[in-house]
Amino acid sequence: MSVVDEKWEPTVLAFCCHWCTYSGADLAGLNRMNYPANIRVLRVPCSGRVNPQYVLTAFNKGCDGVLVCGCHPGDCHYVSGNYYAKRRMMAFKRLLEYTGLEPERFQVRWISGSEAGKFRDTVVDFCEKVRALGPYTGGAVSLSEGLGAGAELGVGAELGVGAELPQGGDAQ
Amino acid sequence: MSRIGVFICHCGSNIAGTVDVARVVEAARSFPNVVVADDNKYTCSDPGQQSIKEAIVEYNLDRIVIASCSPRMHELTFRKMLKDTSINPYMLEIANIREQCSWVHKDIEAGTVKAIDLVKMATAKVDKDTPLFTTTIPINKRALVIGGGIAGMQAALDIADAGYPVTIVEAEPSLGGKMVMLDKTFPTMDCSACICTPKMADVGSHPNITVKTLSEVEQVSGYVGNFEVTIREKAKYVDYATCTGCGLCETKCPTKVASEFDQGLGQRKAIYKPFAQAVPSKPTIDAAHCRKLTSDKCGVCEKLCPTKAINFADEDKLTTETYGAIVVAIGYKLIDWGALYGEYGGGRYSDVISGLQFERLVNASGPTEGHITRPSDGTEPKTVAIIKCVGSRDPEKGRSYCSRACCMYGAKHAHQYLDKVPDGRCYVFYMDVRTPGKGYDEFYMNTQHDGAVYLRGRVSKIFEQGGKLICKGEDTLIGKQVEVAADMVVLETAMVPADAADRLGSMLGVTRDKDLWLSEAHPKLRPVETNSGGIYLAGTCQGPKDIPDSVAQASAAAMKVAILFSKDELESNAMIAGSDASLCNGCGACVNICPYSAITLEEVTRRENSRMVTRQVSRVNPGLCQGCGACTVACKPGAMDLKGFSDEQIMKEVEALCQW
Amino acid sequence: MKYAYFPGCSANSTGISFTLSADYVGGRIGLELEEIPDWCCCGTSAALVTSADLSLALPARSLALAEQHLPGLDVATPCAGCFASLKGAQHYVRRGTEQRAHVEQLIEMPYAATAEVYSFLEVMAQPEVSEQIASQLTTGLNGLKVASYYGCALVRPADVTQFEDPENPQSMDRLMELAGAEAISWAYKTECCGASHQISEPKGARLLVERIFADAAANGAEAIACACPLCLLNLDLREAEINATRQARGEQPFDIPIYYFTELLGAAMGGSAKQLGIDRHFWPAEALVQRAVSPSPAEPVLDDAGLKPDSADAPAAAPTAAPMAAPMATPEQPAEPAAEAPAAAPAEAAATPATAVAKEVADE
Repeated sequence: MSVVDEKWEPTVLAFCCHWCTYSGADLAGLNRMNYPANIRVLRVPCSGRVNPQYVLTAFNKGCDGVLVCGCHPGDCHYVSGNYYAKRRMMAFKRLLEYTGLEPERFQVRWISGSEAGKFRDTVVDFCEKVRALGPYTGGAVSLSEGLGAGAELGVGAELGVGAELPQGGDAQ
Repeated sequence: MSRIGVFICHCGSNIAGTVDVARVVEAARSFPNVVVADDNKYTCSDPGQQSIKEAIVEYNLDRIVIASCSPRMHELTFRKMLKDTSINPYMLEIANIREQCSWVHKDIEAGTVKAIDLVKMATAKVDKDTPLFTTTIPINKRALVIGGGIAGMQAALDIADAGYPVTIVEAEPSLGGKMVMLDKTFPTMDCSACICTPKMADVGSHPNITVKTLSEVEQVSGYVGNFEVTIREKAKYVDYATCTGCGLCETKCPTKVASEFDQGLGQRKAIYKPFAQAVPSKPTIDAAHCRKLTSDKCGVCEKLCPTKAINFADEDKLTTETYGAIVVAIGYKLIDWGALYGEYGGGRYSDVISGLQFERLVNASGPTEGHITRPSDGTEPKTVAIIKCVGSRDPEKGRSYCSRACCMYGAKHAHQYLDKVPDGRCYVFYMDVRTPGKGYDEFYMNTQHDGAVYLRGRVSKIFEQGGKLICKGEDTLIGKQVEVAADMVVLETAMVPADAADRLGSMLGVTRDKDLWLSEAHPKLRPVETNSGGIYLAGTCQGPKDIPDSVAQASAAAMKVAILFSKDELESNAMIAGSDASLCNGCGACVNICPYSAITLEEVTRRENSRMVTRQVSRVNPGLCQGCGACTVACKPGAMDLKGFSDEQIMKEVEALCQW
Repeated sequence: MKYAYFPGCSANSTGISFTLSADYVGGRIGLELEEIPDWCCCGTSAALVTSADLSLALPARSLALAEQHLPGLDVATPCAGCFASLKGAQHYVRRGTEQRAHVEQLIEMPYAATAEVYSFLEVMAQPEVSEQIASQLTTGLNGLKVASYYGCALVRPADVTQFEDPENPQSMDRLMELAGAEAISWAYKTECCGASHQISEPKGARLLVERIFADAAANGAEAIACACPLCLLNLDLREAEINATRQARGEQPFDIPIYYFTELLGAAMGGSAKQLGIDRHFWPAEALVQRAVSPSPAEPVLDDAGLKPDSADAPAAAPTAAPMAAPMATPEQPAEPAAEAPAAAPAEAAATPATAVAKEVADE
């Protein structure tokens, strides 16, 4: 791992669906649970709204970890959005890992509106893992540059030839 | 250039305790296009809202960011506030610096840095907000009630009494559900049929209610105010228009079948009315057992019928109608204890019966005319063991939840038995006795005074020995194993969701909880609504309940329907998807992915590259679109976007977090 | 039909009759058993109370050895206790990679838990094996009323042993019916025999056995069949003592011999009491089975079913001098002996090393 500024704090972005995970996060607040302040929640109506492109952009612009969270499979407020999310994100995650991203930096989790504890545990665990990996310095970065709006996985796959990309933040 | 106002809330010390509000205000002033940033002790209060309104005028703001509690809490409050100003209510973003910041972090420095980031993201997003407008949807003021048990009947009667037409769909040949099978109801011990059958008659004769028995909901499409519902009315082989319900056919039918209504303890004919007070009071032919329909012999009912109402060529009828609201009241079924409890004989012993079978045994119009006798030999049981929580509160074998009504009806069964067999002995095995409710605990106490022996412990095994059913169990209060040699055992079995719950749940977009009951929108504050607009729950389909609770919930659901129907039209969601026809290539990916069938392809002729071109493009129906955004990600050319959560807005938020 | 064989400690001691009879039946139906090299004690309940790790390591070690030396073979064991221990280790390892790593570290051997573990009862209850058994029957049991006693170790815990119906098992009943017996319906099929409590807590434990006899008797059983050496020992060894107590209380004593289900199958195939080890029981068991396999119930040979042996010398009376009438001795079955004799010979020849040892023990 490269020399890290002692004051370095990881920037962690979480896309949370309005109906389940966002309300679970609110419940964690209501219960005064404690978790690392590194997490920034970005509210989306549904995990199915999360375009893989946003994730690429987040890593590209300097996030150290990205979480995508939604309702449990079968519980989607919009019937099936989280299934779309699951399929997209799992394929996308493999692509990211292929380009050298450490698997721990990008996670997909299903957290319901009543699972405040699970939200807290997920954030604690995720932030810890990202912190251990250190700042994100490469990987998928250049991938997103060429992507137009609304790029689906087909487009991402073309860019999967990023074998020459740097080996993520794994600079031990 | 937009003109943004940022307002940071202290929420007393809720936010200010962990976030340095002054620093956040200071930081916000430096963000692009922010014209003014200010703080307020309680932004949601009247003075707080007033100061924002004044700032909008003073600084000529065209959009605002409020950093306060969760948008789930006050987004609507502030949108309402903006209606009184020059700003469109959707030109607003909330930064959640309470639930997701001040309340979950202890360190002021970290909390403040995070709050600044959250405000930054909201500011970046609001910069790209556009005015949004709602449309109105007409409301079809007709209600559909699925299920004709006590909950469904109550809901139907209330809606009908409010003046709206109701169709009630019941899968069985008669209304009444489980309640009409019961003998008496706790704690008042009034006869169940005496209070249930008048309701059935009311439903049957109400001018605003249409009853469809032996019917199922086949298909549902549409949305609140405008559901298109296809109902399958199964063949009854009897023309109800001409049948007078004289019952002559039933007397001469040669085929006998175990009666579902009597829980297999009695028999019915192949042409039958399930019970005397059935509504509609007309028979149906059971096609699976009728000799004419299975082997083309007999047909005696047809020959006898004085009104020629028998029609062996009858077929299922499908009808499609439009409803504005749907009440789901499909009830419960009892757990299949035989498959789960091999230690209780798994159904091998005919004198081990369920509570519902006991209800039929003790009922004066039941198969034994109310004499409590053993199904095996017809003798009167002198010792009865009642076992509660069979399948309830038992995650290893059954369900983890409490079925709520069994403690009371268990006490009722003990009371009824001791009442009818004065020299009988009754043992009740229990885990806990839960009797909250008006007059409930008093009833339980009285049952103990009647002589019921309550043993706190589970029964581990039931087996036959010398004509007796030996119940081996434990009395945990004295710490000893006990054996009861009973003549009959009554199992108070768990309530589980009805079979139809699965299919209906997915058809209506109503989710199911971990135990597969249909889920209400909020366990405390929205107990009869679902997450699908215009669909409401009544009775035990939402979870185990007794009759008073089912009736109360049914009336609540009816009230929700009446509120919906009190308006002529409904405001649609403004934050919906929209397609840019100039970018759309008509591939149809969005059509396939939309869970609400809200997107259609339509042909348009438009000028492109100075030529008129006719091609397919997608169009979003604003009444159907719920704003999930699944289509936006599926759209390869990037034509589809979601209002209020646009690609550009989300990207700007991400950029703001990382780069500003 | 070949299995890796885990004999367990009782195979050549208290459960010798199980070994003899299973070998006999196995030989007749072409069942091949290859003993797991260097197998060790399954740990039984003693290991469980000593340490959880030990109770995993001991059975896992033997299973790992089977996997290593006898790849591709499923494991079969006669003893219900061994079955439960082996299944327990297998079930634990199959729960996940962590559990597997834990066990492999304990036994310092790879163990993938690929092989299934079967009790002899399960082996014989398989449809194709049952067919084989049916084809070998000569005399049958002529309606002998048998209570099939499964005990606890085969059926519990149900998710570990995964034995057909844990509350009302049927496999032994079906085998008994197959052999021409009448499988009676009774309630104590899976009740506890007291296990080792018969030694440490004799007073309470005797009651358990007495209840088993009482329910079998109440339901008309003439014999009890079982599939566990400890069950058999506890019932067989204690019957005389229980009868003495009953007589002292003025109650009717029992006369119900206990058999391994394999003994009854073997007898129905024409095996002699000596071949099957029926002559080694504490409670006299030869007469009843002899009567059962006799073609005509009208000519009872040594009918002491009605006689209640004196409780004091009942155990001593067990080895009856008269050998069981071989089927070939009965004139009613002229065709059988010819087919029977050569079939019996290979059965002897195919005797496993376990049987060889058993013979030595027997000869002592």
